[in-house]
Amino acid sequence: MSDLNPSEVADENGHYHLRLYVAGQTVKSMAALANLKRVCEEHLAGRYDIEVIDLVKNPQLAAGDQILAIPTLVRRLPEPLKRMVGDLSNTEKVLVGLDIRPKVVIS
Amino acid sequence: MATDTTPSPALPKARTGIAGFDDVTFGGLPAGRPSLVCGAAGCGKTLFAVTALVNGATLFGEPGVFMSFEERAQDLAANVASLGYDLDALVAEGKLAIDHVRVERSEIEETGEYDLEGLFIRLGYAVDTIGAKRVVLDTIETLFAGLTDDTILRAELRRLFGWLRDRGLTAIITGERGEGQLTRQGLEEYVSDCVILLDNRVEDQITTRRLRVVKYRGSAHGTNEYPFLIDDQGISVLPVTSAELGYGVSDEIMSTGIAGLDAMLGPGGFYRGSSILVSGMAGTGKTSIAASLVNAACERGERCMSFVFEESGEQICRNARSIGIDLKRHVQSGLLRFEAARPSLFGLETHLARMHRDIERFKPSVVVLDPISALRGPSSEVQATLLRMVDLLKGRGITGVFTSLRTDGTFEEADDLGLSSLMDGWVKLVSVEANGERSRTLYVIKARGMSHSNQVREFQMSSSGITLVDAYVGPAGVLTGTARIVQEAEEKAVALRRRQESERRRRDVLRRRHAIERQIAELRASLEVAEEEEAVLLTEDEARETAMSNERLAVSARRSAAE
Repeated sequence: MSDLNPSEVADENGHYHLRLYVAGQTVKSMAALANLKRVCEEHLAGRYDIEVIDLVKNPQLAAGDQILAIPTLVRRLPEPLKRMVGDLSNTEKVLVGLDIRPKVVIS
Repeated sequence: MATDTTPSPALPKARTGIAGFDDVTFGGLPAGRPSLVCGAAGCGKTLFAVTALVNGATLFGEPGVFMSFEERAQDLAANVASLGYDLDALVAEGKLAIDHVRVERSEIEETGEYDLEGLFIRLGYAVDTIGAKRVVLDTIETLFAGLTDDTILRAELRRLFGWLRDRGLTAIITGERGEGQLTRQGLEEYVSDCVILLDNRVEDQITTRRLRVVKYRGSAHGTNEYPFLIDDQGISVLPVTSAELGYGVSDEIMSTGIAGLDAMLGPGGFYRGSSILVSGMAGTGKTSIAASLVNAACERGERCMSFVFEESGEQICRNARSIGIDLKRHVQSGLLRFEAARPSLFGLETHLARMHRDIERFKPSVVVLDPISALRGPSSEVQATLLRMVDLLKGRGITGVFTSLRTDGTFEEADDLGLSSLMDGWVKLVSVEANGERSRTLYVIKARGMSHSNQVREFQMSSSGITLVDAYVGPAGVLTGTARIVQEAEEKAVALRRRQESERRRRDVLRRRHAIERQIAELRASLEVAEEEEAVLLTEDEARETAMSNERLAVSARRSAAE
């Protein structure tokens, strides 16, 4: 799944390019977006951008990032590509998943 | 197939185009509903699903979506390319959509509540893009490996199948066979309309694929295990166990190609569509008799198919040439086809399935199995296989010729795999060994529905074919071969002597007759002489009388003149 654009690869180190896939304005989607924004503001202030893709409007984009579950957060940058499913309510897991905090304890 | 169990029009069905399967299920999979195809690894689930999908797209105008959870699209295309399916072309034509859903647990972190809406959207998008009517989910259980939350998964799967039903999609869901249940994750719980079980069993190192319709809600279906084939011609299911006895029969008579054998049968041959057993020990000429029959059929312009288990087709052609039968030209003209395979190559079921498929495709009017005794296996299975073969041929009005090698050499009629009762005609070949030579004889043990000779006839194979000669049946028993010739020569000599004797007697009689006739002629001559003499004497007497009376008259006249 290394379909990264050259422009994205060329981004400076430490910048987080995140993509959140949702399907309409569901409770889980809204919760995920809110949780994501909160975590990013706390830990990645100023070095992240979030792209929200609504699959109800753009269903053709689902296959490209192998989206199965909704909501799914994809970390496009930095590499490697990471995928997280769920409403991101488990902050601990989100931080581990985004490599902001090293995975110390296996929960 | 049976006609008395046609489905009610209430349940629409989607034909899969898989030979035989649509027969077993009386029309195919339930249209607009999900069906489960389960089985162990490598038993052909994916192939079954792909075939149904491709056939739907190409034959029945129903585009399909293949959602693969295991193989990548290009791998899938490469795998089925060997069967002649060009998935890429179908995708390009918009008849097929392939979506590979990659589920990798290591790449997925679960961080809270989620659902599988993404999957629904992808599927829905693919379905809407090409207007799909059929969907394959192969193998959806992979999701259980990628995602940890079983509760969510199960709820979502239930929703997915409901969604498929609501959309009216004919779906095939494949599932890996699990312990104690049909699928590992108990998918049969959700997909309850139609469940098909594929099986790949190994017995005696020989693999046989079998298919069974476990359930089919709202429809009749064949309940047996049906063998099925996967080879370069795709997948074909063979409802051979569903054969019935309700076939029509023919009154037409078919020559065996051997004039003498035809003459032994009341109507001059066997009935078309009957099954004929030719049994005998090694070297009694079974294959040659079958070759004559095939040759005769081909010369009438009929198609023949020969399944040979011990020789190659080439070899049979060559050997048949020695008795003046040219099978090669029939092969070249396409009327005759040989299918040679070692009996141990496949299991009995597979053999049967293969033969069934070949017969369906070639549509011969005569089928030869040479020899059936080569089919190895438990005798009950061999018998069941042959029974189904006979039924299969009879159901199609095909004349079956079965040769059987008898190794025991006994004359017991009960063996021959218990086949005799299945056969309409039975020609037995027996080698008679006597006086230091072996001669071939044959006799017709039975020929259903016709009178037939009860004689044992000797037959000879020469470059001009198979000819039957009358065996000598006399007080000393049946004589064949040289003994018959000697006996016949002796009888000829006796007859000659008898003929000469009567000739001589006839000549004697003739001679005597001539002598008597001569005597008669002599007597007649002397009679004539006597008659002549008598006549002379008579005239002399009369002359004398006349002269005397004249004299008397003259005397009296003279006397009266003197007075």
